[in-house]
Amino acid sequence: MDILRFITAGSVDDGKSTLIGRLLYDSKSIMIDQLEAIEKQTKNKEEGEIDLALLTDGLRAEREQGITIDVAYKYFTTPKRKFIIADAPGHIQYTRNMITGASNANLAIILIDARNGVIEQTRRHSIIASLLGIKHIVVAINKMDLVNYSQNIYNNIVIDYAEVAKTLELQNVTYIPISALNGDNIVEKSKNLLWYEGECLLSFLESVEVQSDIDLHHARFPVQYVIRPQTDDLHDYRGYAGKIISGIYKKGDSIIIQPTGIETIISKIEIGGVEVAEAFAPQSVVLHLEDDIDISRGDLIVKKDEQLQVSQEFEVLLCWMDTKPLQIGSKYFLQHNSKNVRSVIKNIEYKLDVNTLTKEFNFEKIGLNDVIKATIKTASPLAFDSYKCLQANGGAILIDETSLVTVGACMIQ
Amino acid sequence: MNANQDISSSKIRSLDYLEQLESEAIHIFREVAGQFERPSLLFSGGKDSITLVHLALKAFRPGKFPFPLVHIDTGHNFKEALDFRDELVEQIGEKLIVRKVADTIKKKHLTEPKGKFASRNALQTYTLLDTIEEFNFDCCIGGARRDEEKARAKERIFSIRDEFGQWNPKLQRPELWNIYNGKINKGENVRVFPISNWTELDVWNYIRKEKIQLPSIYFSHEREVIEHEGQLIAVSEFIQIESTDKVTKKKVRYRTVGDMTCTAAVESTAATLEEVVTEIIATKTSERGETRIDDKVSEAAMEDRKKNGYF
Ligand SMILES: Nc1nc2c(ncn2[C@@H]2O[C@H](COP(=O)(O)OP(=O)(O)OP(=O)(O)O)[C@@H](O)[C@H]2O)c(=O)[nH]1
Ligand SMILES: [Mg+2]
Repeated sequence: MDILRFITAGSVDDGKSTLIGRLLYDSKSIMIDQLEAIEKQTKNKEEGEIDLALLTDGLRAEREQGITIDVAYKYFTTPKRKFIIADAPGHIQYTRNMITGASNANLAIILIDARNGVIEQTRRHSIIASLLGIKHIVVAINKMDLVNYSQNIYNNIVIDYAEVAKTLELQNVTYIPISALNGDNIVEKSKNLLWYEGECLLSFLESVEVQSDIDLHHARFPVQYVIRPQTDDLHDYRGYAGKIISGIYKKGDSIIIQPTGIETIISKIEIGGVEVAEAFAPQSVVLHLEDDIDISRGDLIVKKDEQLQVSQEFEVLLCWMDTKPLQIGSKYFLQHNSKNVRSVIKNIEYKLDVNTLTKEFNFEKIGLNDVIKATIKTASPLAFDSYKCLQANGGAILIDETSLVTVGACMIQ
Repeated sequence: MNANQDISSSKIRSLDYLEQLESEAIHIFREVAGQFERPSLLFSGGKDSITLVHLALKAFRPGKFPFPLVHIDTGHNFKEALDFRDELVEQIGEKLIVRKVADTIKKKHLTEPKGKFASRNALQTYTLLDTIEEFNFDCCIGGARRDEEKARAKERIFSIRDEFGQWNPKLQRPELWNIYNGKINKGENVRVFPISNWTELDVWNYIRKEKIQLPSIYFSHEREVIEHEGQLIAVSEFIQIESTDKVTKKKVRYRTVGDMTCTAAVESTAATLEEVVTEIIATKTSERGETRIDDKVSEAAMEDRKKNGYF
């Protein structure tokens, strides 16, 4: 059994939390006591009805306001898969929380209220899905019950969204008409939507292929920690602990340490203390090398003959996630896997207009939720891939030097 | 050798869900080791913290753990859990720090909770914060899971606490990919939850797969209990038995191991891991709902405790 990680996205009140509640409820993943608890809290509903959004809106402020503020993680399993769901907030103010949930998703369900069609926040979340390179998109056209299950309305929204998908180069877009509230097309095909020929949501989620999301072609291993017991019997033990983020490593492989460029050979691979002949992403392992060289946290072990970039200056697409505006020339810590370096934003090429999806070359300031293209310079060389080619080695975060808060998400170009 | 050729060979290189969760947890452990100067592992003696220890062994052996185990001892423990704790620590040869809630109560003149099931659960926070201060811990690893409770479902894997140990759920740092920002200012600390994405069943399946030893109370045994609002509470010196209580002997096991004052038992004959897992799969109530007395108090009980510095 494998895992599918997905996120629900879309504008405020499009029904994201309700959809997740419905999925959990109809797949019988809610326990009796949890159901009783939300039954008690459900307000303004008829006898027997429950507010499914309460299953994920776990903070007091969320329940009071009836909105989602931060991502909630929910879990359920069917005989086919384990699902990890991130229920994201739709409100623009909390977009950074949506980004948090989206960064680890294999798939995004973008909800659209059938009455409103594609709106600004639909586009904003779609841009983020595209920037983060989410491999599968489901556009769930929700609240079909409120538009008489009209095929016409559905078709028009599909046409509108297809335009967005094309501009953003989104791959694998699937459209499903649903009613999260009534359960139409969620775990079973709906009798109210007989004109729809595709699968219901759950069958689609159970069958979409995600194993190939992991890149096994390019071997990258960031060193997290050096294990050196320094006891009498293990005096010479020196193991490099980390997670293979992509590719395959074998005993005897020739490797290069980046950014130093030193070459050596893998002499041993261990997983949980057991020696193995080979290991692959995303396994956590310990690598041993033939030569005693200076390697520490933040170094990247790459197979010889593989291409990657080693540089102190590069372009990024950047989502700004702080309420304090971004300042050109300001310094930030840049964290790229296990490596942490000082960096400076040297230049901003453009800002993305979320509504028209066009580039703005004249702008006043860069504030919360803005997406820009910028050049970053780091204090020491970084070994990276472009995010488009190898996600696992192309993402980085910016950390404010004084507040130490995470303020930016960088997709290296 | 050509990498592509290699991949097209018949070999399957993919991880099942437990292997993925394990690798993710080990990665988080090593991030703690790489990022913090004085981390610690909060060890309660329950199955989740025992699982954490098992994962830490995988992350760091043959090296030593880069942190001590810390037990915040309420004094209301199951004897079996304490014995197990000491055996485990002895067996793995790691350092254990114990700090007692009873000592904090004395030192700080705190009021002992009263009532039938007087629980020191809330007072643990004081001892925990004192212990963090005493050892200057910049990070505490914990075994909380997001499926346990709806406030926990909201928490980051690296969760920043301010000088007063408080969690601010409305201002959490963004947390992207597998990049964890553990940078903090003086006085703050980070709570790290490596098994955030595991469910109760995942933990049990992992324990079964890895043949992890557990305290005996997780398996069916005979015990004197009283029934309280549909839950079975073990008779012990820590709870008040009234004349209206009917003490009976029942075959029970525990689904979670917390304090004797606030953990309820489940009637069960499941004596092996296999049988326990079968029962967990069939159960219709959640872990906390079935076994915790303390969370029924209010809708936001956990959120409030976390805001005050709780685990
Ligand atoms: N009629 C109808 N109402 C729906 C449907 N889905 C959701 N709703 C209602 O829409 C309102 C908002 O639903 P939520 O699930 O809280 O919306 P959300 O997208 O999670 O909102 P945020 O998280 O705050 O962005 C609630 O009153 C729901 O009951 C649907 O399919 N049909
Ligand atoms: Mg919501």
